[in-house]
Formats: sequence, C-alpha cells, structure tokens
Amino acid sequence: MSEIFSIALIFSTIRFATPLIFAALGGMFSERSGVINIALEGLMLAGAFTAAVVTYETGNPFVGFFCGMVAGAVLAFFYALACIKFEADQVVAGFGINILMLGLPALLSSAIYDSAGSTEQIAKDNLLPDFFGINIASYLAFLLVPICWYIFYKTPFGLRLRATGENPAAADAAGINVTNLRYTAVILSGVLAAAGGAYLSIGQSSLFTRGMTAGRGFIALAALILAKWKPVPVLLACLFFGFTEALTIPLSNYKLASGENIPVQFVQIIPYVLTIIVLAGFIGLSRAPKSLGIPYRKEK
Amino acid sequence: MKIFREILSPLVAVLAAFVVGGIIVLLIGDSPFEAFRHLIGNSFGSLNDIGYMLFIATPLIFTGLAVAVAFRCGLLNIGAEGQLYVAAFATAWVGIKFGGTIVNVFGENVDYSWTSLPSYILIPFCMLTAIIAGGIWGAIPGILKAKFGSHEVINTIMLNFIAIALVSYFTQYYYKQAGDPIMQTVPIGEAAHIPRISQFVPGMPDFVPLSVAFLLAILMCVLVYIFLWKTKWGYELRAVGENPSAAEYGGISPKKQIIIAMTISGALAGMVAIGEVMGDRYRYYHDFSGEVGFLGIAVALLGRNHPLGVFLAAIFFAILRRGGIFVDAFTEHVSKDLVEVLQAVVILFVASLQRFSKK
Repeated sequence: MSEIFSIALIFSTIRFATPLIFAALGGMFSERSGVINIALEGLMLAGAFTAAVVTYETGNPFVGFFCGMVAGAVLAFFYALACIKFEADQVVAGFGINILMLGLPALLSSAIYDSAGSTEQIAKDNLLPDFFGINIASYLAFLLVPICWYIFYKTPFGLRLRATGENPAAADAAGINVTNLRYTAVILSGVLAAAGGAYLSIGQSSLFTRGMTAGRGFIALAALILAKWKPVPVLLACLFFGFTEALTIPLSNYKLASGENIPVQFVQIIPYVLTIIVLAGFIGLSRAPKSLGIPYRKEK
Repeated sequence: MKIFREILSPLVAVLAAFVVGGIIVLLIGDSPFEAFRHLIGNSFGSLNDIGYMLFIATPLIFTGLAVAVAFRCGLLNIGAEGQLYVAAFATAWVGIKFGGTIVNVFGENVDYSWTSLPSYILIPFCMLTAIIAGGIWGAIPGILKAKFGSHEVINTIMLNFIAIALVSYFTQYYYKQAGDPIMQTVPIGEAAHIPRISQFVPGMPDFVPLSVAFLLAILMCVLVYIFLWKTKWGYELRAVGENPSAAEYGGISPKKQIIIAMTISGALAGMVAIGEVMGDRYRYYHDFSGEVGFLGIAVALLGRNHPLGVFLAAIFFAILRRGGIFVDAFTEHVSKDLVEVLQAVVILFVASLQRFSKK
C-alpha cells in the first residue's frame, strides 16, 4: 500500500485541489447571491487561455495570471447580463458560456499560433513559481479560504450577499441594491474561477489546450454543493476531490497480488456519486440558497 | 401573431450569431462571407452532401426531442450525453452477445458472443435496448427529483460523468479487442446492421452513413407531437411544466409526470445509439458522440421545444457542423471551432430573448 499512499500523494492532492478551491469559492459568491453558476467551467477556460497567451507573449506569469482574472471578469459580466438584465434561464445561459469557451479559445489560438487549438509552450522559468514544492497559486488558494470566510460572515457586503440569496425581496426592502449586488457577486465568481483556470495553464501545465479544464468546473460545483455553500467545508470538499484525482496516478501503476489493475474509473466517479447522494439528502440535507436560479424583478 | 413571436426570437438569435461570428472572423483576418460560404454551402450540392448532412442531423433530432420533452415538463435534461453513452454501449453489447461476434485475436478466433440471432429478431432487440437503457439512465434523475427533490440539472451533470466512466470501464476491461489501440468494443454482429439509405436512393454512395435511423427520427418527431398535444398523458405532462401546483390541484401528480418525462427524454436520447452503433460504426466507440447530447439543448431551445422546430433546428446545426470541416480546410485562419462559437451565441441569445417571446 505504501506505493499508493506516499508523500507524493499529499503534494499531488494539493496540486489537484488548487483549481477546484478557486472555482468553488468563486461559485460560492454567485450562488449565495442567488445566481446558479454552471458557467464555472467556461470561466475557468477563459482564465486558462488568457493567462497562457499573455504569459507566453510577455514572459511574465504574474501579468498572465492577472489578465486571466480580468478575462474571467469580462466573461462573467456577459453571463450576469444575460441572467440578471435579460432574466435568461441561468442554467441554459451558463451552458452557452461553457460552449462558447470550448470554441472561442480554440478558434483564436489556431488563428494566432497556427496550431489546432492549443497555445505555444511557455518556458519553464516563465511559469508560476513553486516554493517548497508547492505552487504559489496554491498558497493563494488556501489563503483565500479564510479571506472569503471573513467577507461572508464579518462584513456588511457578506451579510447583504447572504440576505439577497435567501430572500431578495426582503433584502430589497431593507435597502440593498439586489441587482448591483448580484452583478458584483457573479463578476467575483468569474475572477476566482478564472484564477483557477490560469493556475492550470501556467502553473500545473505550461500551455493551454482545448477544453483543458476537463470538467473541473463541474467538480468545483459538486464540491460547493457537498460543502453546503460554506467556505471552510468548500476547502475540505475540494481537498477530498483533489485527493480522489491524485489517487488515480499511483493506482494506474499499482497491481493487485493477482496481477490485475484497480480500475481508475471507480475512483474517478467518487465525486459524482457522492454529490448525488448528498443532494438526495442521505448525508445531512444540503440546502441551496432559497432564491437560487430565480431572477429578481423589482416591484414597481 | 403567436406564430410570428414563436419564430422571431430564433431568427434574431441566428442572425446575432452570424453577426458576432462575422466580427470574430473579421478580427482574425479572414473574410466572413468566404467563411460563411464554406460553412453553409456544403450541405446541398450533391446527394453525398445531403446524405452526410442528414446523417449529422439524425442524432441532433433525437437529443433535441429528448431535451424538448423534458422542457415541456419544466425540467432541464443536461444528461442526454450520459443517456446516449449508456444506450450506445448497451446496444453494442446486445449486438455482440447475440450477434455471433467472433474476432481474430493474434491468430486465434475468440468468440465474444453467446448466440447468433437472425436480423429480424436482433435488430428490434438492439433498438429496444437503446431505448430502455437510455430510458433507465434518464429515469434516475427523474426519480431522485420526485422522491428527494434534488435538482435534475446537477444530477444529470453528475450522471454524465458516471456514465462515461462506467462505459469506458466495461469497454476497456471486457469488450476491447486485445491490442486494439483505440478505445472501442469489438464489432457487433452483421445481423444487427440496419440498412443505409444509399440502398434505396440510386446515386447516393455506399459510404454515406445515413441510415434508416433518420426515418425513425422523423417518425419520432411525429410521435412526440401526437403524444404531447393529442393525448391525455401529454396534456398532463405539459400541465406540470406550465404550473406544477395548479396541475396538482387539478388531480395530476407532478412527481409521476417528472419521472415519466425524464424516462421518455432518456429513451429519446438513447435512440441516438441506433444510428451511430447499428448504422454507422457498427460498434461502441469512445467519444463517438461529439457532444450531441449537449447540442440537443441548443436544438430544443432554437426549435422552441416543438417537434417541427426541433427538426428544423437540427438541420440548421447539422449544416454548420458539416460546414465546419470545410471552413477548416479552405480558409486561411478560421478553424471549425467557429461552429461552437455560433452555437454558443445562438444559445445565449435564445435564452436572453425568452422573456420577450412570452405573451
């Protein structure tokens, strides 16, 4: 068993959990304000693509990381526009954003770099640096957890955000500008999800490839649900999902005494099965913010 | 006026997609007109072109209908992708086990089958398998929603990942031919092959994979229309979609309707397997779907959740998907990814215009 459970497993757990923490914390802002965020996947891809291009062109990963977050904010603004201003079905619009980000980066990168949907390889020295074997972005992700907790529970903004998600009409009556608050929350979620994506392309890997998030936006969403939309449990859920992903590496090389492999597929589906079980209420009820998915129209 | 409103928002969305797409193409440095000519102009020129385009449209009709039926009951089925994966593998499994599949592995004949059934039994058997397997995978989120109130969107997303992982497990460990570098099962028996349209249409080349599954797709459009608007069951299903509490007050059980709608939706998605497994590849093939399950959402939206609209929207997206290959080959910078951008813009616009098209 020591071949599976090693120190390396801890490091890879942190590595795999990092993009999930960013994205799930992002999702938390938008969902606690009442806007479903199926678009996390697309927002991550926006960050990943922009960060890779900017880092390659400027040679500076911090500029790349920042620009990735800006791209996430811009895309999230359009998502917010559809959901809040035009009252589009949030799941459908989020889905549109995901498809857009499957096509658009590939379209642009094949036009810029003449390669089928991926960007140029970034030199190793120009990637986000590691400290003690852990990427700088991972430290940031872990640091964001207490920061988000503080924002949520100790600031007026956090209180307003939670109130809006539970009962927008009451929040409105109390003088909160529900529309502005939701725009802010969705854009923040874009910034954070994009940071997770940027880490993927310029931290964990060294280029952008088409659809490189490979469903991590949805895993982050699953972590958010499992964590019942709370910051500290979000960290734990992301670490656990990161662990299941990390586990597939040693498992795929491990052979049982009978000489057979342990099928990695059964490890891969753990996050998904767990989410379904939790949603069904078998492990404590996971209750979504009350106004989640419902557009708010001010009464005139 | 109602019909006008119904078609106005899809038309605006398509127009917007071409405007946005055109601007992007222009920014990339190609001519938008040239790109769109390749995109649209390659689906009608010859029987070959039409055949391929309709072949691409076939699974889109099934998934579009699948999403539309669920929508009519107020449910969003994002799980068509998982449903059609399960169905495709199950169909291939029956086609192998009951189709007398024998494969030559390193000079030795390996029998993968239990028995060898004649076509007139095996073909309906395989088709029913596709429908039932898809239906079961669709019923799961329906039951979860009805019994526990858990949201079908999240559950169908999770079930997509589970479906693809399970199917790839069974393929990799049990039904992949030893030494085959591609993630695919051994072929199904020839008795499970369905006829291709080229057999009936003189001048259409044999290699065009358009099969009778297309005719089945048209038939399903008609049946779904009759079901939804001409039967009591369809009326009850739509009543729940319009207003669940009013429906319940009127003696209709929303829970029962949710399960029924998701089962039918899954079954329709599962029918994708008929064209793909029994009419084209003759095996289950990993990544065969090209995300038609997700595209079904766009098809249903653009088609206003009406079978006729679904049919037309499926043809529209099929034209784009076929055109993408030519855009890749014949324009300097633009790649086939343009198709996805257009799809996305259509989805975003239809969703955003929804409010204006309601009465």
